[in-house]
Amino acid sequence: MTKHSVTDVIGIPDEGIDKGAEKLTPEKITRVIRKLLDEEGGARLKVYMETCVHCGLCSEACHFYLSNDNDPKFAPAGKVKQTLEHIIKKKGKVSVAFMKRACEVAFTECNLCRRCSMYCPFGIDIAYLMLFVRRICHRLGMVPQYIQDTAHSHSATMNQMWVKEDEWIDTLQWQEDEARDEIPDLRIPLEKPGADVFYSVIGPEPKFRAQLIYQAAVIMHAAGVDWTMPATPGWDNSDMCMYTGDQEMVARLKKVHFEAAMRLKTKRIVMGECGHAFRSVYDVGNRLLGWKMPPLRLMHALEFYYELFRDKKLTVKQKYEVPVTLHDPCNVVRGGGLHEMARHVIGETCTEFIELHPNREHNYCCSAGGGVINCGPPYAKKRVIGNRVKAEQLAAAKAKGAKTIIAPCHNCHGGLEDIVKYYELDMEIKFLGDIIYECIDKGQPED
Amino acid sequence: MTHEIYAFLRGPMVWISLTVFLGGSVYRLASMWRLAKKKDAVIFHYISVFYSLRSLLHWVSPFGSLNMRKNPAMTVIAFIFHVCLIATPVFLSAHVILVKESWDISWWWMPDHMADLLTVIVIGCCLFFAGRRIKRPDVRYLTSVSDYLILAAIAAPFITGLWAYHQWPAFSAMMLLHMASAEILLMMIPFTRLNHMLFFPFTRGYMGSEFGAVKNAKDW
Ligand code: HEM
Ligand code: SF4
Ligand code: SF4
Repeated sequence: MTKHSVTDVIGIPDEGIDKGAEKLTPEKITRVIRKLLDEEGGARLKVYMETCVHCGLCSEACHFYLSNDNDPKFAPAGKVKQTLEHIIKKKGKVSVAFMKRACEVAFTECNLCRRCSMYCPFGIDIAYLMLFVRRICHRLGMVPQYIQDTAHSHSATMNQMWVKEDEWIDTLQWQEDEARDEIPDLRIPLEKPGADVFYSVIGPEPKFRAQLIYQAAVIMHAAGVDWTMPATPGWDNSDMCMYTGDQEMVARLKKVHFEAAMRLKTKRIVMGECGHAFRSVYDVGNRLLGWKMPPLRLMHALEFYYELFRDKKLTVKQKYEVPVTLHDPCNVVRGGGLHEMARHVIGETCTEFIELHPNREHNYCCSAGGGVINCGPPYAKKRVIGNRVKAEQLAAAKAKGAKTIIAPCHNCHGGLEDIVKYYELDMEIKFLGDIIYECIDKGQPED
Repeated sequence: MTHEIYAFLRGPMVWISLTVFLGGSVYRLASMWRLAKKKDAVIFHYISVFYSLRSLLHWVSPFGSLNMRKNPAMTVIAFIFHVCLIATPVFLSAHVILVKESWDISWWWMPDHMADLLTVIVIGCCLFFAGRRIKRPDVRYLTSVSDYLILAAIAAPFITGLWAYHQWPAFSAMMLLHMASAEILLMMIPFTRLNHMLFFPFTRGYMGSEFGAVKNAKDW
C-alpha cells in the first residue's frame, strides 16, 4: 500500500486553526477554559477523567490507532492525554501551540464514533471528551476552516450549503419535472398540511446529489406515501454545529427543523440516508431543546424502508444481482440500532449479501464521520491513511465476491469513496435508496 | 518504641483508615451526585436500571464482552487479580481471627496455604501489569508515575504480609510495614484512580443506559 510521511498526518496547516491561534494569548486561553470548565464541566467529565485507569484496553477499538501502525498518539485514551488530561492538570494554563495540537486531535483524529466506549471496561465516553475539547476550540475561535464555513452557513441560512430559499424550491421543482418524464403523475408535494410524512434531507442533497431527492420521490410515489417537504428553512436536517462545538446553534437548527414539521402538522419526520443528521435530530438536538426524546415520531430512511417492505407497500420487480456488502454507519447502528432493519431490506432487494467483519455495532467507522470529512481537503489524505483497516475489511469482503458496498449514510459514502479510490479497491458504493430505486416496480405507465 | 507503633497501627490507625476509606467513598459518591444534580441533571433522566444492569452483567462476567474475548490473557489475569485482591484480605484466617477477637463476629476463612497462593498471584499480577505498562507502547504512553505508584501500593501489603507470615528476616518490622501499607492502600481508594471501584457501576451503567434505552444497541 502507498507510503506516506508523518507530515501528511500531523501538523497540517489550516487557516481556521492557524489564524484563530494568532489571535490567542495564553491568558485568554486560560480564561476561556476555566470559564467553560466551571460552567459546563460537570460530573461526567470529572468521573471520566478520574476513573480512567490508563489500561489501554480501548486502543484497539480505534481505526486511527490500528491504521497508523498502533501509534499511541491515536489511541482513544492517548487523545485524551494530549488534550483534556493536560488541560485539567494545568487548570487551563496551556500554550497556544498546545491548543493548536489539541484542536487538530479533537477535530481530525477522532470521528466521535463511540466504538471505544464498547471496548473500555468502564464505558468511558471518549467522544464526549473530544467534543468537550471541540467546545473549548469553538469558544477560542480556532476551528478548522472548512467545517467552520458550513457552521457559518448553518447560522446564516439554516442549511449547511448556503442554499437560498428559492434555490431549494427550484431544485425540488426541477427534480419533480425530471421524474415526471419517467412517471407522469409523480409529485413532490411542497407544504402539504397534515401529510403523514415530513421528509427532510441534508443540505448537500439539493446542492450536489439532487438525484437522491428524485429517487426518494419515486419510492414515495411507488409506495403510495402521503408525504411533504417544507418550502421554508427547516428542510435541512444536517448539523455541522454539533461537531464544531457550537451547541447554541444546534438548538436553533433543530428547533427550526422540528417546527417546520409541526407547522405542517405532519405525523412523523422521515430523514434521508444520513447518519450524522440522525444523531443530531434523534440524540443531540432534542436534548439541547429540553426534550428527552424527539418531540414527534422520527424515522431514519433505513427504518422507513424497512416499514415499507414489511407492510408490502413496495414490490420488487427485479432483484439487484451484483453481490453486495453493507457498511453499518456508526450513527444509525451504534447510535440507533437499525442494523437488522437494513439487513431485512437488503434481503428483500438483493440476491447475494456478504457481511463485513466486524459488523453491526462493532463495525469500524468510515473515518469521515464526526465532521472529519467536513474539515475538508487538507485532511483527506490523513483520513484515508487513518482508516487502512477499513480498506482491509472491504478487501476481505471483496475477496468473497462483494462488488457493491451499501452505505446508508452520506458521510460514510464520501469517506468510503475516498478509501476505495486510495486503496484501489475498485468497488461501487451505493445508498440503499439507489438499490431500492433500481429494483422496485415504480408504477411507470406501460408504453 | 516498636511496640507503640504496633499498638497505634493495630488500634487507632485501623479506625482512621476505615473511616477515611468508608467516609471518603461516601463523600466522593455523594459530592459527585450533587455535582451531577447541579450540572448534568440530564443523566438522571437517561439512566435506566434495567439497561445499566444489562451492561454491567456483561462486563462483570469473564469474556462477557468482545474486547475481553479479543484479549484472553488480560481478561483472565484482570479477573483473577481482582478476585484475589479482595478475597485474600477478607478471608485470611489471621484477619478473621483479629475481627473475632475485637468484635466477636466471624466468617469462613481460607486455609493458609491457599492464602499464600492468592497472595503470590496478586503480586504476580501487579508485576504483569507493570510489565504491560513498560512493554506495550500504547499503555506506556498513557502511563504516568502515579500508575506505577498505585501498583506498588497494591503489591506492598501483599509482599510484606507474605514476608511476615513466613517469618523471613526482620519479620516483625515487616509486620509493621504490612499494617501501615494496607491502611494506606485502603485510604487511597477513594482519592486516586482506585476510585474506579466506586464509579465503575455508574460509568458502565450510564453507557449501558445510553446504548440500551436511547440507541437500541449493545455496548459490549
Ligand atoms: C470491586 C470493584 C472493582 C471493579 C469493578 C474493578 C474493575 C476494574 C476494571 C474494569 C479494570 C480495567 C482493566 C482490567 O480489567 O484490568 C481495573 C483495573 C485495575 N484495578 Fe480494579 N476494580 C475494582 C476494585 C479494585 C481495587 C479495590 C483495586 C486496588 C486496591 C483495584 C486495582 C486495579 C488496578 C491496579 C487496575 C489497573 C491494572 C493496570 O495497571 O492495568 N481494583 N479494575
Ligand atoms: S474515532 Fe471512534 S474509536 Fe477512535 S477515539 Fe474517536 S470515538 Fe473512539
Ligand atoms: S479502556 Fe477506558 S480506562 Fe482503559 S485507558 Fe481506555 S478509556 Fe481509560
